[in-house]
Amino acid sequence: MPHDHHDDDHAHALLPPDPALRVKALETILTEKGLIDPAALDEIIDTYENRIGPRNGAHVVARAWSDPAFRTALLEDATAVVSELGYYGRQGEHMVAVENTDDVHNMVVCTLCSCYPWPLLGIPPGWYKSDAYRARAVREPRKVLADFGVTLPKDTAVRVWDSTAEVRYLVIPQRPAGTEGMDEAALMDLVTRDSMIGTGLALKP
Amino acid sequence: MTRVHDMGGRYGDGAVIPEPETEVFHADWHPRALAVTLACGSLGQWNIDTSRHARERLAPMDYAAFSYYEKWMAGLADMLVDKGVLTPEELASGHAAGSSPLADRKMTADAVAGVLARGGPADRPAQIAVAFSAGDKVRTRRHAHNAFVDGGHTRLPDYAAGSVGRIVRLHGHHVLPDAAAHGLGDRPEPLYAVAFAASELWARPEHPRDEVVLDLWQSYLEPAS
Repeated sequence: MPHDHHDDDHAHALLPPDPALRVKALETILTEKGLIDPAALDEIIDTYENRIGPRNGAHVVARAWSDPAFRTALLEDATAVVSELGYYGRQGEHMVAVENTDDVHNMVVCTLCSCYPWPLLGIPPGWYKSDAYRARAVREPRKVLADFGVTLPKDTAVRVWDSTAEVRYLVIPQRPAGTEGMDEAALMDLVTRDSMIGTGLALKP
Repeated sequence: MTRVHDMGGRYGDGAVIPEPETEVFHADWHPRALAVTLACGSLGQWNIDTSRHARERLAPMDYAAFSYYEKWMAGLADMLVDKGVLTPEELASGHAAGSSPLADRKMTADAVAGVLARGGPADRPAQIAVAFSAGDKVRTRRHAHNAFVDGGHTRLPDYAAGSVGRIVRLHGHHVLPDAAAHGLGDRPEPLYAVAFAASELWARPEHPRDEVVLDLWQSYLEPAS
């Protein structure tokens, strides 16, 4: 069997060790080489800093809460449904929506790297990428939930989704009591990013 | 034996620290690192599996010490040299020695929106028959290893190796990362969501009804009773 021969050559060590200088050096070399365009970098950053974020996911959840036909379609084929709202894209090519109920609480992790549904939730938060979350979420999800101040009823099962492939999961949190009659925009404000990862619950009105 | 990135179930990492939704990047260089990496993807010299493996094969000491975007930068630099896009001399000097023949593939500012919106779907036309259906019991490979390359990339985490689970659903036929990361082609296989009882995976599960669901390729699985 061939061996992965790359283990000994780590070219990155040739760059400055300080991360800010390391990025700067790579950007300089690649720009001089004609391989990257600094204006394109600005455009990518603006996209993830200002245009794509968890309000997209909140829109999907609020609509699922308000529109039963939409909810059914979302649970059936999330990729098609979120695409229609314009939320298809990089790291969201294969979407599955999972719904929290009294019986089961869903929570999403990527233990092997930090896979995350970018078009719906934006760039993953620091804790999602942390060793602590990646290591612990699968073995002791309830203790991790406690770190977020969340305690589940004792009969509720936890189902943790480890994103090991290119499928990305969106948690549909439970709709809070006392929200009857609220419109989609008002409901969106109750849907936190963490509630769509499963480390939080939707806010109470 | 897998690599240092395969940390699911590990002990000793401490608390998870929540943060507000408004914090997207934590240092000025983070967005640059993200953008440089995405822009280089357009050069077409690697796929997502290659780039994951580049981060995973960092020395364990580096992997543990580097923050998320430091891993990205190190993996990117290693791939750029490995694929012959940059030379070690260029990395060491901090400057390019001439322009690149790949320059015509450079991602331009007006192409960014389209590239991000198109993404890179991993599903492919079916080439092999679907072996399992929802409810079937399956056992994962005893060792979380790459079947083609010793020490190569795989998406079966060690904590779920040799375990019995239940097929939840078929996602379709997806590129096999174990092959694609090593230039061995897409080799698409049926990809399933497979549920494992927490008690199958852990010595002390938190709750008798808890489950962990993983997305696993057909060749990782065999029938179980």
